[in-house]
Amino acid sequence: MTSHPLALDPAAILQAYRTMRTIREFEERLHVEFAAGDMPGFVHLYAGEEASAVGIISHLTDADRIASTHRGHGHCIAKGVDVMAMMKEIYGRKGGSCQGKGGSMHIADIDKGMLGANGILGAGAPLACGAALAAKYQGKGAVAINFVGDGASNQGTFLESLNLAAVWNLPIVFVVENNGYAEATSRNYGVAVDSFVDRAAGFGLPGIAVDGTDFFAVHEAAGEVIRRAREGGGPSLMECRMVRFYGHFEGDAQGYRGPGELEDIRANRDCLKHFVAAVTTTGVLGAAALAAVDAEVAALIDRAVIEAKAAPHPVAADLLTDVYVSY
Amino acid sequence: MARKLSIRQAINEAIDQEMSRDPRVIMMGEDIVGGHGSEGEIDCWGGALGVTKGLYGKYGDRLLDTPLSESAYVGAAIGAAVCGMRPIAELQFIDFMGVCFDQIYNQAAKFRYMFGGKAQTPVVIRAMIGAGFRAAAQHSQMLTPIFTHIPGLKVVCPSNPYDAKGLLIQAIRDNDPVIFGEHKVLYGIEGEVPEASYAIPFGEANIVRDGDDCTIVTYGMMVHRALEAAALLEKEGIDAEVIDLRTLSPLDMDTILESVERTGRLVCVDEASPRCNIATDISAQVVQAAFAALQAPIMMVTPPHVPVPFSPVLEDIYLPDSTKIAAAVRRTLEGKRH
Ligand SMILES: Cc1ncc(C[n+]2csc(CCOP(=O)(O)OP(=O)(O)O)c2C)c(N)n1
Ligand SMILES: [Mg+2]
Repeated sequence: MTSHPLALDPAAILQAYRTMRTIREFEERLHVEFAAGDMPGFVHLYAGEEASAVGIISHLTDADRIASTHRGHGHCIAKGVDVMAMMKEIYGRKGGSCQGKGGSMHIADIDKGMLGANGILGAGAPLACGAALAAKYQGKGAVAINFVGDGASNQGTFLESLNLAAVWNLPIVFVVENNGYAEATSRNYGVAVDSFVDRAAGFGLPGIAVDGTDFFAVHEAAGEVIRRAREGGGPSLMECRMVRFYGHFEGDAQGYRGPGELEDIRANRDCLKHFVAAVTTTGVLGAAALAAVDAEVAALIDRAVIEAKAAPHPVAADLLTDVYVSY
Repeated sequence: MARKLSIRQAINEAIDQEMSRDPRVIMMGEDIVGGHGSEGEIDCWGGALGVTKGLYGKYGDRLLDTPLSESAYVGAAIGAAVCGMRPIAELQFIDFMGVCFDQIYNQAAKFRYMFGGKAQTPVVIRAMIGAGFRAAAQHSQMLTPIFTHIPGLKVVCPSNPYDAKGLLIQAIRDNDPVIFGEHKVLYGIEGEVPEASYAIPFGEANIVRDGDDCTIVTYGMMVHRALEAAALLEKEGIDAEVIDLRTLSPLDMDTILESVERTGRLVCVDEASPRCNIATDISAQVVQAAFAALQAPIMMVTPPHVPVPFSPVLEDIYLPDSTKIAAAVRRTLEGKRH
């Protein structure tokens, strides 16, 4: 990978940093707040995986659509979903992205091109094919991205979608976020091929595997496959090899990890650390600029938590609304 | 004093005893063991909620962790069942049946009939059911009526540890495909469970509280809420009978009818969505078979016709509770002279 921070505009780099830092801060704060006990439901954190969401989604506009996973907070933030509304949603409050009716696993914002996190593994792939099909008819050059976990890529829905996208030549990119685990089971146990790119080849799709902890590598590879899709060159698959910093869900004791594994990935495979090292050693951004972003982001997340906890709960009448458009 | 187990432990013990008794019993599901392929501890999960923990150490490869491919492994369990094994497939959440439903309703359910009685499919599909866990719309559904609708499937929903053990043992020994619904909110509740193996026959409802004023029929978590309602009503001098269906297919209409003949009043409580559910089914059958015995309109207590909301406040309103059940019982007794 020839990616180099100097190849990118510094304003774009700073924005990418801000988004990655926002995701990290958001997730680390959820980890703390969940442990404190007043956060309902299942929460799956994206911390450690930020370079994938941001490296890919920074090529998109609101007209491009993404379909996400149960681990969707990072995709949402990168796609521009309002962080204040997301936090309220996770607390189940009014004013949340889904008015408190969806929760962490179902955050969506159709206007932003975010078709939803998803509680059903593999469900996003056919939906993203539909988004790509709509984009094709609408003729404005929009694309669709489907994020899928290494584990969920074993779903029939996902594999069928690869074929559908290939035979219909859809403007779509399938992104396999390979974080090494599906719940408590290693990717090496659940998937027989060495690389997800080999699977793409079997379906007639070009594929590329990248170091998903290297923002610049992800960004460059994504630029290529997204450009091809926009220009009518058809679908591709991208595998991002990355790590997750927390358990499968909050509360997971992670007994499946090897001794020292977490310390090792935090020390050596942290995409934010890599990013900071790359931009500071090349002199693209200075420590002060990054520190300013850190402070800004920390204040934003603080406010999001305070406002979410103070936000009103839905009321009984809300239970019955929005089942249908009309009935 | 007799030994107490949680539902989680009772289910574990039922699987354990059947696996040790019958080598044809195998089990498959996502992370029913956990830890395969990495450097950590094997059997670190024992299923999403720890129900099968410890079994891998005893039975090794008779417990199979699966790729995230429900169509493939649930279908494989069904195929193995037709070929002489007695598989238990764990589907984590019943909501995931959407991914593998063809294998269940077009394949497992129909083999025996379509093949002119020549096949049997002794498979058990265990899955978590129900709301109350703040798990939102795709992890909280009570999809029991979808399964009872299909000829060829049996549908089981225990409400307590004793029944969980005995019904699961029956399910494993049963020669038909069984959907075994485990309410996720009930795993921790404790009750007396004999250590010896025992099977509870399907199609035998359990009268968990005797009463002469009104019959409440329900299953699963709602049994507990119905009992709470009965306790409230008792203070008002109303004596409600509570029937725990235990199995929804087959359905023990005899016990229900016998009770309604006596009380003249019926409240059906169902955690499933209100249209075409267990409550509507029972109501229709009671009207057909015991119309003359009814002294008041049948009442149904169900959630509204909406998906399960995430907000804890809304989820609590969504679910039937003892207040709503008690109110329904009072309605059936309006105008009655004591
Ligand atoms: C159809 C379906 N099956 C099972 C699950 C339960 N489940 C939720 S996340 C998960 C593991 C997903 O692993 P992977 O796709 O690698 O994503 P990751 O969690 O690693 O981001 C499982 C089994 C589900 N939500 N939907
Ligand atoms: Mg994974």
